[in-house]
Amino acid sequence: MTVERVLIAVALVAGLAGGYLIARSRWRGRRSERPQAIHQILLPFTGTAISRRAVDAALRLARAEEATLMPAYLATVPKRLPLDCAIPAEAAKAMPMLEAIEQRATAQGVGIDSRIERGRSYRHALARLLDRERFDRVVVPATAEAGAELSGDDLAWLLEKAPAEVLILRPGPEDRLFVTANGIPGCLAGLR
Amino acid sequence: MSAAQPAAENEGVRSARRGQLKVFIGMAAGVGKTYRMLQEGHAAKAAGRDVAIGYMEPHRRPETSALAEGLEAIPRRRLTYRDTELEEMDLPALLARAPKLALIDELAHTNAPGAEHEKRYEDVRDVLAAGIDVFSTVNVQHLESLNDQVTELTGTRVRETIPDAVLGEADEVVLIDLTPEALIERLRAGKVYPGEGIEAALRNFFTVENLLALREVALRQVAQEVEAKRLVVEEPLGTREERVAAGVPKAVGERLLALVRPQPSSQRLVRRAWRSAQRLGTDLDLLWVKPPSLPIEGEVERQVTALRHLASVLGATFLIEESDSLVDGAAQVVRERGTTYIMVGESLPPRGFARLREPLPQRLMRATPPGVDVRIVAHRGGNKEPS
Repeated sequence: MTVERVLIAVALVAGLAGGYLIARSRWRGRRSERPQAIHQILLPFTGTAISRRAVDAALRLARAEEATLMPAYLATVPKRLPLDCAIPAEAAKAMPMLEAIEQRATAQGVGIDSRIERGRSYRHALARLLDRERFDRVVVPATAEAGAELSGDDLAWLLEKAPAEVLILRPGPEDRLFVTANGIPGCLAGLR
Repeated sequence: MSAAQPAAENEGVRSARRGQLKVFIGMAAGVGKTYRMLQEGHAAKAAGRDVAIGYMEPHRRPETSALAEGLEAIPRRRLTYRDTELEEMDLPALLARAPKLALIDELAHTNAPGAEHEKRYEDVRDVLAAGIDVFSTVNVQHLESLNDQVTELTGTRVRETIPDAVLGEADEVVLIDLTPEALIERLRAGKVYPGEGIEAALRNFFTVENLLALREVALRQVAQEVEAKRLVVEEPLGTREERVAAGVPKAVGERLLALVRPQPSSQRLVRRAWRSAQRLGTDLDLLWVKPPSLPIEGEVERQVTALRHLASVLGATFLIEESDSLVDGAAQVVRERGTTYIMVGESLPPRGFARLREPLPQRLMRATPPGVDVRIVAHRGGNKEPS
């Protein structure tokens, strides 16, 4: 009789433990399916290089604020093509850049959620991004090089339109270093 | 008598066999397609074949014109359109002359109104139907399926195109390859365009970037043609699984499937998958196997939109399959889409009872048709996703 009771007790305990473990594993699975709402810092860029200072500033902020960094490659689509057409050539430029930024972010423990946005111009692409995504901060490097990235007009437009804090980085001597598709540590000016 | 019925054929001289088509394809004007065609025409003539030039476009290139000497040329026909006199290939005269081999330049050319056909490749089909072998030339950007891609790459849209099937009909496709630097050198030396057009060409189209992209497209296109011809072209036998199981060497194109989740970390998997698809020259599908109980709202909705958007940018297809089982959902899509290659993200080390389960790649391989490869993309950060 006692042996039977012990066996029943053991079976009950094993069943409860098993049920608990199954429920826990399912609950964890469900939780992982639901990404948490988090703060976002947008880092828009164009071309095949971005100021390393801008990337580092955005990463510092993201780490301090436990925010996710959203690097966004702005691509222009010629008017003769539909705006929503596939842009493999632009994507091929964007991919290694996003990879490089992600590698740098991961090394610093910052979460990343990258984007590629199309537009008829860089400003148009940025406007579409503002419509589509929500973020708390925008970090954008001002550059002394005409035509290299977003223009002064674009930055003024961004200040007016962005529903977030906009941090425009003053051009500095460190801007001679870039994060490029060729290498993560950046390279000297001239390769831009 | 239609143009497709030459006088010689009516006289019972020509056999009923279709002529053989050899196409010289290049990345751009000036790589030497016409020159090579003429060289091979001379070689054929030296070997005793009856060769005639149906149409040749010398583009005011003295070297090309000089090479045409010694080969019989069928006189061009003059057609008047809106008070302008245009010169076109004289198809009836060529069919009447009925050489063994005709050299016909510029396969994608659009004929002047009044000619037998709108396009020159249609003329070529008539010539082939008459049992005459044809050598012809075309640039890769003239292929219909590549037109958009080339426009995207170079910013220049080509109006004269040919259906890809025309190239598929060729018995032989020869790539005339030249490095971009060598082509630009030829251009600068005035061997492609006369003096006044050189600078404009260098500024607009003949940039190293454009030519590199076009060269890649041309190399891929010819590789595909070669592969398609190498593989057996018989009718499919049964289902894909049966064909694969039977080891039939069927021309099955690669198709890549990336298993994603509505999470930012999936973006890296998509990037990897896309680059692999680019290298393989294959289509890419992105699949999220959605648990039926999970609503698409809030952050999930945002990430799904981001994945859909990324797929559109990349020219990939984003699919959502509802299933309680990732493996069953994926296997279903693999069968439907004819996937040959699956890419998955790295999984968390299993815990609890999950340790007893077979790892995801093995389960996928067992559930999908034989021959489907599974590749695991390593997670960069510390937050690995559970399988």
